[in-house]
Amino acid sequence: MTQTVNSPHFKENARKALDDVFLQQALARSEKGFIERRKAAVEKLPEYDALRDSARDLKDHILAHLDLYLEVYEKNVIASGGHVHWATTAEEANEIILGICQRLNAKTVAKGKSMISEETGLNAYLKKHGIRPIETDLGEYIIQLRGETPSHLIAPALHVTKEQIEADFRRAHTGLPPERNLDEPTSLLAEARAMLREKFLAADVGITGANFLIAETGSSVIVTNEGNGDLTQTLAKAHIVISSIEKVVPTREDAATFLRLLARTASGLDLSVYTTFSTGARRAGDPDGPLEYHVVLLDNGRSNMLGGKFQDMLRCIRCGACMNHCPVFHAVGGHAYGWVYPGPMGAVLTPSLVGVEKGGQLPNASTFCGRCEEVCPVRIPLPKLMRNWREREFELHLQPAAARYGLGLWAAFARRPAIYRATTSLAMKFLRLFGGKGRFRALPLAGGWTRHRDFPAPQGETFQSLWRKRSQKR
Amino acid sequence: MSDKAPAATRKPIRVGLFATCLVDLIRPRIGFASAKLLEDAGCAVEVPLQTCCGQPAFNSGDRKTARELAAQAIEAFEQYDYTVLPSGSCAGQVIVHYPELFEGNAAWEPRAKALAAKTFELTVFLNDVLKVTPSARFDGAVTYHDSCSGLRELGIKAQPRKLLANVEGLNLVEMKDPDVCCGFGGTFCVKYPDVSNKIVEKKTANIAASGAGTLLAGDLGCLMNMAGKLSREGKEIRVRHIAEVLAGMTGEPAIGEPER
Amino acid sequence: MKSREAIFANIRKSLRTGGEDGKRRETVAARIEKHPRGIIPARGQKADRERLEVFRQTVEDAKASIVILGNKDDVPAAVAAYLRSKNLPQSVRHGEDERLSLIPWAKERTLEVTKGASDGAQLASVSYSFAAVAESGTLVMLSGADNPTTLNFLPDHHLVVVDEKDIAGDYESVWDRIRERLGANKMPRVVNWITGPSRSGDIEQTHLLGAHGPRSLHVLVVRSS
Repeated sequence: MTQTVNSPHFKENARKALDDVFLQQALARSEKGFIERRKAAVEKLPEYDALRDSARDLKDHILAHLDLYLEVYEKNVIASGGHVHWATTAEEANEIILGICQRLNAKTVAKGKSMISEETGLNAYLKKHGIRPIETDLGEYIIQLRGETPSHLIAPALHVTKEQIEADFRRAHTGLPPERNLDEPTSLLAEARAMLREKFLAADVGITGANFLIAETGSSVIVTNEGNGDLTQTLAKAHIVISSIEKVVPTREDAATFLRLLARTASGLDLSVYTTFSTGARRAGDPDGPLEYHVVLLDNGRSNMLGGKFQDMLRCIRCGACMNHCPVFHAVGGHAYGWVYPGPMGAVLTPSLVGVEKGGQLPNASTFCGRCEEVCPVRIPLPKLMRNWREREFELHLQPAAARYGLGLWAAFARRPAIYRATTSLAMKFLRLFGGKGRFRALPLAGGWTRHRDFPAPQGETFQSLWRKRSQKR
Repeated sequence: MSDKAPAATRKPIRVGLFATCLVDLIRPRIGFASAKLLEDAGCAVEVPLQTCCGQPAFNSGDRKTARELAAQAIEAFEQYDYTVLPSGSCAGQVIVHYPELFEGNAAWEPRAKALAAKTFELTVFLNDVLKVTPSARFDGAVTYHDSCSGLRELGIKAQPRKLLANVEGLNLVEMKDPDVCCGFGGTFCVKYPDVSNKIVEKKTANIAASGAGTLLAGDLGCLMNMAGKLSREGKEIRVRHIAEVLAGMTGEPAIGEPER
Repeated sequence: MKSREAIFANIRKSLRTGGEDGKRRETVAARIEKHPRGIIPARGQKADRERLEVFRQTVEDAKASIVILGNKDDVPAAVAAYLRSKNLPQSVRHGEDERLSLIPWAKERTLEVTKGASDGAQLASVSYSFAAVAESGTLVMLSGADNPTTLNFLPDHHLVVVDEKDIAGDYESVWDRIRERLGANKMPRVVNWITGPSRSGDIEQTHLLGAHGPRSLHVLVVRSS
């Protein structure tokens, strides 16, 4: 695992995020837009829910036949003049890509957005070996200048304000006259466009991710709104696709099913502006296009998820809707999650890929409000999968002793109804003695509650004892 | 009382009232309000010896305890025609998760499913099963928070609003984002107090902005969380369970107010 | 090859299956061969003129502009008018597509027309689309000398001619046409679905047009007589 896993520190990360004024501004600004755009797009398509069901079933079918679809895919990539490379680990994927770049004497590499390359820490690896990776998605470019990682699947610079972007551009783009006005998002976009256009034309190799791989034709599919992924792959000598193995779909028709869901759910568009199906390298007579086409297929723990309690997570198409609708994500943003994947999907996937010992905080940091499952285009039961992780943690005794002890004590009473009724009746009377104001501003053992909230005092007697009294009177 | 109530000559429906542990311990008047609503509708209400539905254990990953508590509840409640809970979250535990907990268990799965099939959250039971419209009076503006489990596991959205629409003098004003989580999340609010606080802050801001003098919901956990925050913020908004309003029991102290 | 074998072995272990299970292979082969269609939204499933109207609407929803022309001979004037409306020089570049060569460009005497791929120096390009999809206002472009891919992305303004008869209701119909032209499991190097002009929402989630690709997309539909 090449990117550092900071997930065990979720609580501290969250505290920092809550105190970060810029981040809180950025989060407050983005929250509504995603939700409203998705809602409008979904309401315009009466078939949306039926599409979700069929996409879920289709993914389940694919996962049950994953080995065979990968075989067909590989065969068709080769038949169309491409090369397929297999990597079990992140390190291996990085080595393969470096090998291709070195063979082509590449100095700079243009990159389209790829979460898998975040998973492998590709940029740092290439840099270490003297190759300069340039992120071309505007959001990715911004965070690369800032030395950060993406905080959201489809909006990597969600956490950055436009004033911060202006400062970053002025720092990095040293030929930029100080009097140039960059107050407006449009002028920032124009500056980035001009800057990156040069980089595209100069890059030796273009690396993109893949939203889908089509077995039928050996094609890789990317979607972008900017067109950066297309310039990345069209202008370079070689196009390298880095993808995880579960992205394969059987046919072009099946890709269409997922594409009908992806952009609508992610950003409220019917389709992303550019949906690009790439199959092999430049053909005879082609005036443009890359001379080589490579696909690096990464497992990195996914094959272990098949057939088990977390297989459903492999249906994910990375739309980001779960985090766009998550109250915890809205409160702390993506970086608090401490690894590549944030939000509810990250809370399930991170422990699957880095281990529950390191990722176990994340599935606990959920209110189980269920909004993520409600909007998931492939109907992943995210709360259930998070609960599965909590069960695994419980079995492995990974939870904090206090929580375990408290819960155990509660359970011991709850399992003995008669003792429970007698004890709680006394306890509530006792507690009531101190709750004269109707609420507690502080309460022993309940600091987590009373730090931010009052605790409403109990009425005094329990319902069960009062009910018994009422029944006896009758 | 509604004219649609079952005729007195018929054998009354036997309802087991599962008060939920929070109502049992913290606010018995929600239990009495529920019982009154059910009795007014012609049901015979019984309160068997009970503890907790097991949801805290279930959500903490302790499946064994969750199963034990589920079995205990099944034994206590399967004798009734219906089981009713004044909580969407605990009702969701019985209806959705009990069958899941006993999946593949030949002895218990059928019992869990049978209980699930005749278990209802209070407002759903009143509105959809009994089809009654309790008549009560409440003068003032209220706003209603949709608790997450009830909303998303059981689809409770229209029922409480329909019942409230029939309360004389009551004016329901919707807050912004009534269906967004309040940050309670059971043990979440004490395990991640800072994050929970950020979420409930947004909620109380929306509640206050609605201009309503009273906040209602169908789950005591969420209500305690929001009431505790409103009180800490010094916002003068009274907080009650919807059953209290429907049963006309609003003369008594609201959540977090001193007992008289 | 070691990793390849390891990955396949682990997938099969997790799925508790051998690779040689004939039933599974048949299922997979059948799906690839028959490529069944999924759920197709009713939105694009309209008869000719109605479908054109749906397309006009979805193209505009995607923030592109569209004109509907009586026949091919109207294209040069429409191109010239669009360039004027954007204050652009009267110059376009296009590929070797025969359909473009047959357009009477000379009718617009001030319009300079060059041929070939783009090196980034051109402000406006004209492409002839293989097909279009009414469902989402999408243009389907195939790579090759006829309509070089660089013309889709490098110029600031992209003008695309579409024959009305090539406007399909859905993506699936277009896949079938590609199969007809190239063979069962064949694709050109690139198929570009283009739905509106380039944009980005990466600065404070405000959607701005003209990120890396064209700032404007203009669709010229040539009516079928």
